[in-house]
Amino acid sequence: MARVRLDRLSKRFGAVPVLDDISLDIAAGEFVAFLGPSGCGKSTLLRMIAGLESVDAGQIHIGDRRVDQLPPGGRGVAMVFQHYALYPHMTIFENMAFGLRNAKVAKAEIEARVAEAARILEIERFLPSKPGQLSGGQRQRVAIGRAIVKKPDLFLFDEPLSNLDAALRLRTRLELAQLRRRLDATMILVTHDQVEAMTLADRIVVMSDRRIQQIGTPMEIYARPANRFVATFVGSPPMAFLDVTLNVGADGLARAALADGAGVQTAMPLADLPSSPTWRLGVRPEAAKVVAPGTGLVDAKIAFVERLGDRTLVHLRLADGGALTAEDAGTSRAAMDDIVGLAIDGPVHLFDAEDNAHHPRAPT
Amino acid sequence: MSAAAAPRAGSWRNALFVAPYLAVYLALLLYPLLAGAWLSLHKADLFGGEVFVGIENFQRLTRDTVFLQAVRNTFYFVLLTVPALATISLGLALALNRPTRAAAVFRGVFFSSSVLSVTIVTLIWRLVLIPDGGLIANLLHLAGRPPIPLLSHPDLVLPAIALTTVWWCLGLPMMLYLAALQQVPAELYEAAALDNAGRWKTLTHVTLPSIRRTIVLVVIIQCVLQFQLFGQAQLLTQGGPNGASRPIVLFLYEVGFRRWDIGYAAAASEILFAVILIATLAQYLTSRGKGAER
Repeated sequence: MARVRLDRLSKRFGAVPVLDDISLDIAAGEFVAFLGPSGCGKSTLLRMIAGLESVDAGQIHIGDRRVDQLPPGGRGVAMVFQHYALYPHMTIFENMAFGLRNAKVAKAEIEARVAEAARILEIERFLPSKPGQLSGGQRQRVAIGRAIVKKPDLFLFDEPLSNLDAALRLRTRLELAQLRRRLDATMILVTHDQVEAMTLADRIVVMSDRRIQQIGTPMEIYARPANRFVATFVGSPPMAFLDVTLNVGADGLARAALADGAGVQTAMPLADLPSSPTWRLGVRPEAAKVVAPGTGLVDAKIAFVERLGDRTLVHLRLADGGALTAEDAGTSRAAMDDIVGLAIDGPVHLFDAEDNAHHPRAPT
Repeated sequence: MSAAAAPRAGSWRNALFVAPYLAVYLALLLYPLLAGAWLSLHKADLFGGEVFVGIENFQRLTRDTVFLQAVRNTFYFVLLTVPALATISLGLALALNRPTRAAAVFRGVFFSSSVLSVTIVTLIWRLVLIPDGGLIANLLHLAGRPPIPLLSHPDLVLPAIALTTVWWCLGLPMMLYLAALQQVPAELYEAAALDNAGRWKTLTHVTLPSIRRTIVLVVIIQCVLQFQLFGQAQLLTQGGPNGASRPIVLFLYEVGFRRWDIGYAAAASEILFAVILIATLAQYLTSRGKGAER
């Protein structure tokens, strides 16, 4: 278990910058997820920590050691690869023992550690097999086992669940969460799947466009996204944005007015907000409700209905062209092209012209 | 046409698709193979007289000291060339398996010798090997040493031809190895790096097992090729001195086309065929046994 400190890391591939001035502090024993779309640099960052990519500028510390100039094997990290990267010609036992042999661990100790890991992961009966004889899920367990036996200071997971089918992914996710309790180690997970990040990680690092967009607990990221990118990327379906103008409402709080004048009362004092030429109102689906026509904030036309069983997602189009998604009961009778009322009863967010988010002050 | 007959007619038509290949295979491979075996049981010359003699030709071969020397020479030559070709070309492939411009240039340079004809190759190496003003003789002269008669010394002539052959044949196995090396997933090397494996460990535990099939292929191809040594020996030494560099194929040529004893030559060629078949089959079977669980 070790603390990990990234200090102003930068990386370019030829002329193309991929990471720009990344700093991050991960506490010992913490589980952190790097979340972002393809090409945001999250995998490169993980590979830099592992030592598989060089560092152009900045420093990496694991525990008390500066490691960015050390070879991958000397950093005390273990990595689970997206495509498992098991040695195809070695047995499962050999796959797990290979790293320990190279580290000159005693034979009895190797056997004990492999046996223990195989027991935890329930892969004991595969130990004499070769990877080609195993299913994808079983190979994934072996890849995790190969990491566990090394007893590393830091575990690195590079999209470990993306090659599994949906049912297996759910199961493996739960197992990973349990494993984490048991191992009590520092872990970094790279994923583009927000559900994985939300359910597994203590803290999420949202990345986009070569930079860290926000660092926070899953609920902070969801409830108080730092900017429009984070607000859109986390949450499904994503937050909707409506063009608004701000004026003063009750108690000096900002009131966001839609094009036709209907206003939404926010919980943010107008005086606390910076000046900005344009404003957008961010509304998550659970804050928007469908009501009878004429009784809501505005009337809207239903563009599409998605029935999920326990709830119904109603995609609305407003008269001024704005679009948003509202949540309705599972038994909703909303149908396409109906005119309904839109009510907003839940937290809303404001985004200025620079796409920075503004939220009500957190309760103290 | 009945319903049952329709598929049968169809399957005959399907056979038409393989017929051109089958015809060429039968006429140019299978028929000559069987005709050769049949010929080896006859006393025959190029002018037609054919007398069935059973296995007499083979009995004569076992007593023929010229033939036995040619067999020994051929095995020695295979032993000199095949391991050298298999390892040197692997070394080159490992060194040149990188995406730099220099590596691409060197790949071309090392492959270029393979496109030369045997006539050119022997011409070049004659200039290197001859004691009278050859490259090696000149280098020895600079070092103050007397020239070595590489092509006329019975102990040195086969190694000299082997050297020529290795230089000539290096390109193809190197390309085969390169193709195989590029199939090895980069993730395996990364896993090995994280597993603390050094360069040697990575080579022996990741790279070589991953390209095992290609190594077997290269050894088999080179065995088949080098057992059939002919051009280099014929052009550099005519099998001399005193038969010290006469391989089996040169023996065949001399017996069949100089002495016109083609029944006898056919018998010798059947023995060469059997030797090559056994050698390659043995390699194939042992390598398959090891990798069977894969």
